[in-house]
Amino acid sequence: MSESLFYKSATELSSLLQSGALSSVELTRAFIERTQAVEPSVKAFLQQNVEEALAMASESDFRRSRGQSLGPLDGIPVAIKDVISVKGASLSCGSRMLSHFVSPYDAHAAELLKAAGAVLWGRLNMDEFAMGSSTENSAFQTTSNPWNTDCIPGGSSGGSAAAVAAGESPLTLGTDTGGSIRQPAALCGVVGLKPTYGLVSRYGMVAYASSLEQIGPFGRTVADVAMLLQAIAGHDRRDSTSYKVDIPDYTAALQAPAKKWRLGIPKEYFAEGLDPEVRQAVRNAIEFYRAQGCEIVDVSLPHAELAIPVYYIIATAEASSNLARFDGVRYSYRSPNATDVVSLYSKSRGEGFGSEVKRRIILGTYVLSSGYYDAYYLRAQKVRTLIRDDFMKAYEQVDAILTPTSPTPAFKLGERKEDPLSMYLADIYTISANLAGIPGISIPCGFSSENLPLGLQILGKPYDEAGIMAVAHAFEQAHDFHKRYPSL
Amino acid sequence: MQYEAVIGLEVHVQLKTVTKIFSRVPYTYGAPVNTLIDPVVLSLPGTLPVINKAAIDKMITMGLMFDCRIADICKWDRKNYWYPDSPKNYQISQYDQPLCIGGQVEVELPGSGRNVMGEHKFVELTRIHLEEDPGKLTHFKDYSLIDDNRTGVALAEIVTEPCLRSSDEAVAFLKALVINLSSAGVSDCDMEKGQLRCDANVSVRPVGDSTFGIRTEMKNLNSFSNVKAAIEYEIKRQVRLCQEGKKQEIVQETRRWNADKGYSISMRSKEDSHDYRYFPDPDLMPVKVDEAWKADLKEKLPERPYDRQRRYMDELGLPYTAASVLIQSLEFGDFFDRAVAVSGKAKECANFIVNDLMRELAAAGAEGEGSLPLHQCRLTPNHIGELVQLIDQGTISKQIAQDIFSEMFAEGKMPSLIVQEKGLKQENNSEELEKICAEVIAADAVAVEKFKSGNEKAINAFKGPIMKATRGKANPQVVDELLRKLLAQQ
Repeated sequence: MSESLFYKSATELSSLLQSGALSSVELTRAFIERTQAVEPSVKAFLQQNVEEALAMASESDFRRSRGQSLGPLDGIPVAIKDVISVKGASLSCGSRMLSHFVSPYDAHAAELLKAAGAVLWGRLNMDEFAMGSSTENSAFQTTSNPWNTDCIPGGSSGGSAAAVAAGESPLTLGTDTGGSIRQPAALCGVVGLKPTYGLVSRYGMVAYASSLEQIGPFGRTVADVAMLLQAIAGHDRRDSTSYKVDIPDYTAALQAPAKKWRLGIPKEYFAEGLDPEVRQAVRNAIEFYRAQGCEIVDVSLPHAELAIPVYYIIATAEASSNLARFDGVRYSYRSPNATDVVSLYSKSRGEGFGSEVKRRIILGTYVLSSGYYDAYYLRAQKVRTLIRDDFMKAYEQVDAILTPTSPTPAFKLGERKEDPLSMYLADIYTISANLAGIPGISIPCGFSSENLPLGLQILGKPYDEAGIMAVAHAFEQAHDFHKRYPSL
Repeated sequence: MQYEAVIGLEVHVQLKTVTKIFSRVPYTYGAPVNTLIDPVVLSLPGTLPVINKAAIDKMITMGLMFDCRIADICKWDRKNYWYPDSPKNYQISQYDQPLCIGGQVEVELPGSGRNVMGEHKFVELTRIHLEEDPGKLTHFKDYSLIDDNRTGVALAEIVTEPCLRSSDEAVAFLKALVINLSSAGVSDCDMEKGQLRCDANVSVRPVGDSTFGIRTEMKNLNSFSNVKAAIEYEIKRQVRLCQEGKKQEIVQETRRWNADKGYSISMRSKEDSHDYRYFPDPDLMPVKVDEAWKADLKEKLPERPYDRQRRYMDELGLPYTAASVLIQSLEFGDFFDRAVAVSGKAKECANFIVNDLMRELAAAGAEGEGSLPLHQCRLTPNHIGELVQLIDQGTISKQIAQDIFSEMFAEGKMPSLIVQEKGLKQENNSEELEKICAEVIAADAVAVEKFKSGNEKAINAFKGPIMKATRGKANPQVVDELLRKLLAQQ
């Protein structure tokens, strides 16, 4: 039975649980067994809490047997990127700095998942402090792309994407600061959504770049992602940047009939550097929508080319300050070689952080330094406003914007590790959405000649997650890319 | 050559909010170490600050007390620096947009007499901004310990213009802050508890020069006497260097005051100064401060202490000494105002409050805790008002009033009830009194002789025994009249 379970969508699994055809314990055990079988070649998990998960599953079955089910997520396993706090669980952020840190409190998202009855069952690998596009910056292990284990899964939420793609967990949570949900979703052939800035509370997500990042869901289908987003979205008074907005019924929104949307195609996203197979797959998707009666509109996002430099100023500036708390004094890694307070700082940080994290801290410290602030940080903030304005202007004409998610399919492990600039370009199509604060979703839209998944990105208006999911769902309904599985 | 000092102060004041500035942890002084903490106070990974509105309320109230311009938004910046007193290694503060801008504080200089105020002047403020207090470090020989109880307490930094010219003015400024801020409920300003901490910037220049000399900064002066002594020491040190032709030895530096030994030493020079890399805190949204918010707080603003002092002296005729004591706290001033409203007698009410009530409060205070707070005692303004009325109406003598004060204080009984219960009503019945007076005169022939030979004071010899015989209830004025009448008949 388990053979057929682990590639089912969470929506289907939820129906099986609700009908009584399947228990949460059976379901959870099936994913545990699947993970034991494939994890040696995927390495998506940093930690699996098998006993706790089975206990939670058993509680879920008990609730359901008494007619007290907490909803569609009750009893469904969800694994979480190791940067989102769950009380009593590790919170390593993929870093040696926090390798022994256990969080004493729940993130808002974790609280909500527990309240929805989800079975929180593991901690997922990631680039250290969410800095990277390949998950190779993890201090602990290298995660492989389930479609080709010689390839990267994308990053920084590589573990979250690979776990879903490999059938190790039906749903996972990741975080997206510059594309860290959408890009690995595209490269692993699953669905990943970055919510509008402010939709999901950041309370309990370890900060890399506070003004850019959001927690978001991964799943096999758009409906799966809608179900998980429903559980975690909403205002939280513990996050001052969390926005008070009415949360629609995302699942119901998908069931509405497809509309004749006006869809924007930004020419800047189809320029040099785009892999021809990716270009063709996205073109095919555009033609699908045109054939459905959608209006395809050329739009311009003239400041798009500035997104990467602006991102690497703002994100690193915030990171240099956010990561200052990891100093060896209270709870983070403390170097045994320290002799005084200054060496305690420098040695703990020197030994505790990996090279990409150090690179970004140094860059961020530089751009905030006295005499450079105006030229870098302040200017970057101004350009950020222009980038947002570009989108808002485009949305006067269109309902959503279609682009490739990643310029290339998954590249080989180690291929770009020593070349930070080429690594940074992996996020060229995703970063703007973080700078503008708008929502984006990546869905499978084809395969390369090497059988690697390709992703379509749909960007939406602020707080129009329901809209972009509806657009994505219409494509998914007419295609079967999401029903193909890697051979592991 | 004559030199003058130029002094500017930076004063940190802990705001009197129930909880800390960015978390819901309560703050009380003296709790066991590291108990007033939570994940937000410790800045554990993933936690976020949320502003406590009460801290902004206190700031606006302070700004209104001192006639500052209140900014339209309350905006947050991060001040990055490395020190273990801050769990984040940055402090959330306000950099380019302080909440309160400009303003002035009325101060009273030394030189007052019983009936004369000291000279009043205004000290100009540069700004007041809001920030979080760091934790407290205790250093030992080869290690240091951190107490995060103080971490995240709401803190205001008040910066003056370099407009002070002496240590006396500096101390007068601090005293003015204390009475203003405690009256407005903004801060308790207890320096011993670290609720008010002062840094002083000092430079000297030849009298008549308009340019400033090189300034030094003295950190964490934690009592009025330390502020005075440290500033005086620094002025003398700089003047001496100038007079000895070693002006170049005055360098921009931070100095630490050694209160026990009475001198300061250099801590660090300007070259070591930090680049704080300020930038807007992305975790906190700016808070809009609209006119309605300000107007609401303005309505609740108490009478300014020195306005009250002038009113007490000019309108109520109180001596300076009593007026200055009554304005030290809002509580006493309000108590006095209500007592006066009951009795209509300002001076008499003031005397009972300043002398008797304060004495009883001091005696009732717990060991080592100072006086009992006024609101914790059982006495109300009605007690004082009625007591004053009883004297005024001739119902009791001042002596009886003194005698029953302690009982009134301890048990909270109204004075009229005590007088009734104990039969202390003043004896005004002349017939009976005349009989007693006659007996006392008859018993002391010597005193009678003295009085008749012109010694006026001899009359007092009869008064003691009369008071004794009437158990203090005789009206002294009536007794005096009767004695004179009877002695004249002798």
